[in-house]
Amino acid sequence: MTTTAETSSPMGSVSAGPIVEMRNIRVSFGGVHAVDDVSIDLRPGEVVGLVGGNGAGKSTLMKVLSGAQRPDSGEIRINGEPVAIMNPRDAKKYGIETIYQTLALADNLDAPGNLFLGRELTTSIGQINDSAMEDQTRKVMGRLNPNFKAFKKPVVSLSGGQRQAVAIARAIYFNARILIMDEPTAALGPGETAQVRNLIKQLKAEGIAIFLVSHDIHDVFDLSERISVMYHGRIVDTVNKSDVTTDEVLGMIILGKAPGKLTEKDIADIKG
Amino acid sequence: MGNVAEATPGQELQVAQRSGWRSLLAQTEIDPRLFGMVAALGIILVGFHVISGGTFLRPANMVTLGIQASGIAVIATGMVLVIVSRNIDLSVGSLVGIVAMVYAELMANWLTALGIGVDFPFRWAIALAIGIGVGAAFGALQGFIIAYIGVPSFVVTLGGLLSIRGLVWYLSEGAAVTGLDPTFELFGGGGSGSIGGTLTWAVGIVGSLAVVGLLFQNRRRRRQFGFPVRPMWAEVVLGVFACAAILGISAFMNQSFFAQRIADQINAQTGAPAGTPVSAGFPYPVMILVAVTLVMTWLATRRRFGRYVYAYGGNPDAASLAGINTRMTILKTYVIMGILCAISAAIAVGRLNVATLDIGQSYELYVIAAAVVGGTSFAGGIGTIPGAVLGAFVMQSLAYGLAYIGIDSPGQNVAAGVVLILAVALDAWTRRRGTRTTR
Repeated sequence: MTTTAETSSPMGSVSAGPIVEMRNIRVSFGGVHAVDDVSIDLRPGEVVGLVGGNGAGKSTLMKVLSGAQRPDSGEIRINGEPVAIMNPRDAKKYGIETIYQTLALADNLDAPGNLFLGRELTTSIGQINDSAMEDQTRKVMGRLNPNFKAFKKPVVSLSGGQRQAVAIARAIYFNARILIMDEPTAALGPGETAQVRNLIKQLKAEGIAIFLVSHDIHDVFDLSERISVMYHGRIVDTVNKSDVTTDEVLGMIILGKAPGKLTEKDIADIKG
Repeated sequence: MGNVAEATPGQELQVAQRSGWRSLLAQTEIDPRLFGMVAALGIILVGFHVISGGTFLRPANMVTLGIQASGIAVIATGMVLVIVSRNIDLSVGSLVGIVAMVYAELMANWLTALGIGVDFPFRWAIALAIGIGVGAAFGALQGFIIAYIGVPSFVVTLGGLLSIRGLVWYLSEGAAVTGLDPTFELFGGGGSGSIGGTLTWAVGIVGSLAVVGLLFQNRRRRRQFGFPVRPMWAEVVLGVFACAAILGISAFMNQSFFAQRIADQINAQTGAPAGTPVSAGFPYPVMILVAVTLVMTWLATRRRFGRYVYAYGGNPDAASLAGINTRMTILKTYVIMGILCAISAAIAVGRLNVATLDIGQSYELYVIAAAVVGGTSFAGGIGTIPGAVLGAFVMQSLAYGLAYIGIDSPGQNVAAGVVLILAVALDAWTRRRGTRTTR
C-alpha cells in the first residue's frame, strides 16, 4: 500500500485526539474516482454519520478502513500511528469491526460458525471447538436478542432481524474499538430498528467509536455527533449535527453543496 | 444451567410439530438425507437379491462391489470439498491414469535404475510416496491456476483431463506397464489382499467402541455446557444400531474366504490342516476407504480448513471479509484431490496388476455422480463426505447389480444416468419442502 508520509498532520494529535484518521484516501476503479482525496476522522465514543447518495463512495471509503479494499494512495492512522491495513485480518487486529449492509454471513453455517468465522475457537490440538463457540454465542446472543434459540440452524433459515443480530454479535464480541455499520437498519422492521438504535447508543456510551453509514437521514441525525456528507467520491463537508438542519444536509447529499453555498432556489428544490 | 430450561422447551415444541416416525427420527438428530441414502442402498441390494433369485447378497459379491466402489468413493470424498467450494475437478480420471503409470514405471523400471532393486525393503512404500507426491504436485498446479490466476476450474481441469492423459501416453511410450511389487498388489484387494478374519473382528469391535465413545463424549460435553441433549432412548437406539451394523458387516465379510491356495499358505503357518477355509474379511481397498473417509470427515468438520471450505461455498464474499485466505483454501482442495487420486490409482493398479493407458478413464463422471447423488449441491456450501461415500456405493451397486442380472453395459449407463437425475430431483424437492417445515 502507498502510505504517503505526512510530516505534520493538521490535527497534530497523539492520544487524546481521534482514534481513526484517514488522510487523502484515493480509490479508483478503471479511471473512475470512487473515493477522491478524502480525509475523515473519528473520536472514541463518537458516532460519525456518513451519508451520501448511491455511488457517492461511502461504502468504498469504509471498505478501505475495514481492509476489504486497498486504496491507491492515502494514509490511515489509528491512535495517531500510521498503520497498513492490507486485508480484513489487519483491520480486525486494530480493533476495527464491520457490519456490512449485506451482513456477510455464510448462509450454510450456523450462528456460532458465523460469529467465529476466521477466528474459530480451537482445542489444544487445533480442532474446532464447536461446543465452546456455541457457549460463547449463547452468551452474547442472550444480551442482544434473548429470544434467539436457533444455534444449530444454518443462518439462511433465520429471519432478517436474527441474521442482523448474528452480524452485530460478531462485530461486538471481539471487543471492537472502532465499529463500521453500513446501513444497519435498512432491512429491519420498526421494532428491530429501535433495538439497533438502542444498541448504538449503548456502544457509544462504552466508548466505542462508530462510523454509521446510512441513507436514513433521521437515523443519522438521531444517533451521530458529526455528519460527513459524500458526493461523487468527495467529502462535501463534515458538520456538527447541532449546526445544521436536515434540509441543509439533504442539500449537501443531493446537490453536493456545503450549507453556506446553498441558494434559496436550491432549498426550494429540495423541499419540492 | 439456565440455558437448559430455556432451550429444551423450544426444541420439544419444534419436534412436536412433526408426526410419527418423522418426529422420532428428528429426535435422534440423524441427517434425514443420509438416512434416506442408507435406505436406498438397502433397497437396491435387497432388490437385486430378490431378482437374482437369492444369489446376489453373497459375501464374495459384496467384496467385489466394495473394491469397485472404493476406487470411486476415495476420490468422491475430495470432490465434495471441491464442489462445496463452487469448483469442479474434471481431471481426476487422468490424474489416476498418470499416477498409476508412475507407480508401474517406478516398480518396473525406474527404482531399479536408481539402485533400489526388487529386494529393497519397503519398495512399495517408496513408490507410493512418490506417486502421492506426483498427484499432489499436479493438484497444486491446477489449484494454483484456479485460485491465484483466476482461470475457471471447469476450464483448467478440462485442460488437465486432456493434457495429463496425453502425458500418460508419453510416460509409457504407448504400452501397458507390468511388473508391480507383490506387496503393492494388496492395495487392489485381489488374492491375499484382505485383512483376514481376526483383524476384521478387531476392526468391528474397535469401530463399535469408537461409536459408543463418541456418543458418550458428545453427550457429556453438551451437558457440561448446559446445552440440550438427545433423549436417552435416542442415544441408546443410535448406539445399538451403529454397533449392530458395524459388527454385522464384519461378521458378513468374514463369510468370504481366501482362495484355497492362499488359505493353505496361511494354514501352513498356523498349523491348521490344509484345506481349512480361512476368513478373508475386509479387503484392503475397503479399509483404505474407511481410513480416507474418517480423515476427510475430520478435515471437513473438525479443522479450520474444512470450515473455510464450507464458508467459502456458502458465501465467498463473507469468507474473504472474515479474513480467510480463500485462495490458499481453494488451492488446498486441489492438492487433496491429487493425493486422493494417487490413493485411488494405487487401488486401480493393484487390482489390475498392470498400468494400462486408459486406467482411470471416465472416473470424473462416476466421482461427480457419487458426490451429487450423495447430496452435494452445485450451488455450493452443501454436501457431506459420508454422503458422497454412500453415493458411490449406491451408483456402484446399481451398476454391479444390473451387470449381475445380465443387463449389458449400455443398459447400465441408462440406469445410472436416470438414477443420477432422479436423486438430484428428489433432493431438490425435499429441500424445497424442507425450507418450510424442517430447516
